[in-house]
Amino acid sequence: MSVTVARVEPSIAGAGDYIELMKPRVMSLVVFTALVGLYVAPGHIHPVMAGAALLCIAVGAGAAGALNMWYDADIDAKMARTAGRPIPRGHIAPGDAAAFGMTLAAFSIVTLGVLINWFSAALLAFTIFFYVVIYTMWLKRSTAQNIVIGGAAGALPPMIGWAAATGSIAVEPIVLFLIIFFWTPPHFWALSLYRTEDYVRAGIPMLPVVAGATETRRQILLYTLILAPLGVAPWLLGYAGLGYGVVAVVTGAIMIALALRVRTEREDHNASKQLFAFSILYLFLLFAMLLVDRMTGGLSSLFA
Amino acid sequence: MSDMQKPEPGIRLTEQQLRARRNRSIAIALALGAFVVVIFLVTLVKLGGNVLTRPM
Repeated sequence: MSVTVARVEPSIAGAGDYIELMKPRVMSLVVFTALVGLYVAPGHIHPVMAGAALLCIAVGAGAAGALNMWYDADIDAKMARTAGRPIPRGHIAPGDAAAFGMTLAAFSIVTLGVLINWFSAALLAFTIFFYVVIYTMWLKRSTAQNIVIGGAAGALPPMIGWAAATGSIAVEPIVLFLIIFFWTPPHFWALSLYRTEDYVRAGIPMLPVVAGATETRRQILLYTLILAPLGVAPWLLGYAGLGYGVVAVVTGAIMIALALRVRTEREDHNASKQLFAFSILYLFLLFAMLLVDRMTGGLSSLFA
Repeated sequence: MSDMQKPEPGIRLTEQQLRARRNRSIAIALALGAFVVVIFLVTLVKLGGNVLTRPM
C-alpha cells in the first residue's frame, strides 16, 4: 500500500498573521463588552483577577475567530472583504489555524476555570462552541437567519464578565445580552445590503440574497424598533442613571431614523452605510455610558 | 570521512522562512513569559498574606 503525502512547505507565517487570525477588531469589542459586564456587576473583584479574566475571554474570542477562519477559508477566498485573510492569502495552512484555535480555546477555558470560576469558564466554552459549531459550521451556510441566531455568541461576553465577577447570572447581564442580540441583525444586514454580490459569489444565504433587499430593509427596521427601547431598559429598570438614559434615548432615536431612511432608500446605499457605521458607535456609547455611570458611583442616578 | 561535497540532508529554509520562524519563536516566548507573570500575580492576590502560612 502506498500513501501519498502532500509536501508541506515550511511556514512563512509571522506572529502578525496569527494575531490577524484572532480577529483583533472583534476581540476588542468582546473585551470591551465583557469588561462592562464585569465592572457593573455587584461586589468587588481584584483588578489583577479582573485583568486575568478579561485576558482569558480575549484569548477565547481569538480562538473562536481562528477556528472560524479555518472553517470558512473556502468562502473567505471568494469575497473581496475577506480574501486577504491569512489562510486565503497562503500565509497560514488551514491545519495550523485549526490547531492554533483549538489550543487557545482549551487554554483560555481551563485557565479561566482554574483562576476565576468554572461557571464563567463554562459560559466561555459555550460561546466558542456556539460561534464555531452552531454559527460557522451550521447556520452560516444554511439559513438566512444565520446572523440572528449566531448573534447570540457575540452577545454572551457581558454575561461571561458578570459571571466572572459574581459566579452567577442576574437580570442585568441578560438585558445587556439582549441589547447586543437585537443590535446584531440591523448591524450586519446594513452591511450585507451593500455587499450582496460578495455573499452571492460565496453562496452564503444572507437575507438580501435569499429574501431580497426590500424585505431586508423591513426587517432592519423591525429589529431596530425592538433594539431602541431595549437600549433604554437599563435606565428604566434602575440599573443605570439619567446620563445613560439620555444617551440611550437620543442614540436610539438616531438608530430608528437611520433605519427609516434605509427602509425608503433604493439604488444607492448611503443610508445603509451610515446605519452600519452608526450602529458601531451606538453600541459603544451604550456600554461606555454604563461604565461611566458605574465609575461615577451612580452620581448621575441622583438626578434620575 | 570526507563528505564535504555532499549537500546537507533535510529541508533548507529560505531567508523568509527563517525570518518567519524567528518571529514566531519570539512571539511564543513572549506569550509564555506573559502567562508566567499572570499566574504569579494571581497567586499573590489569591494567597495574599497567607503566602507565608504553612503547616509545620
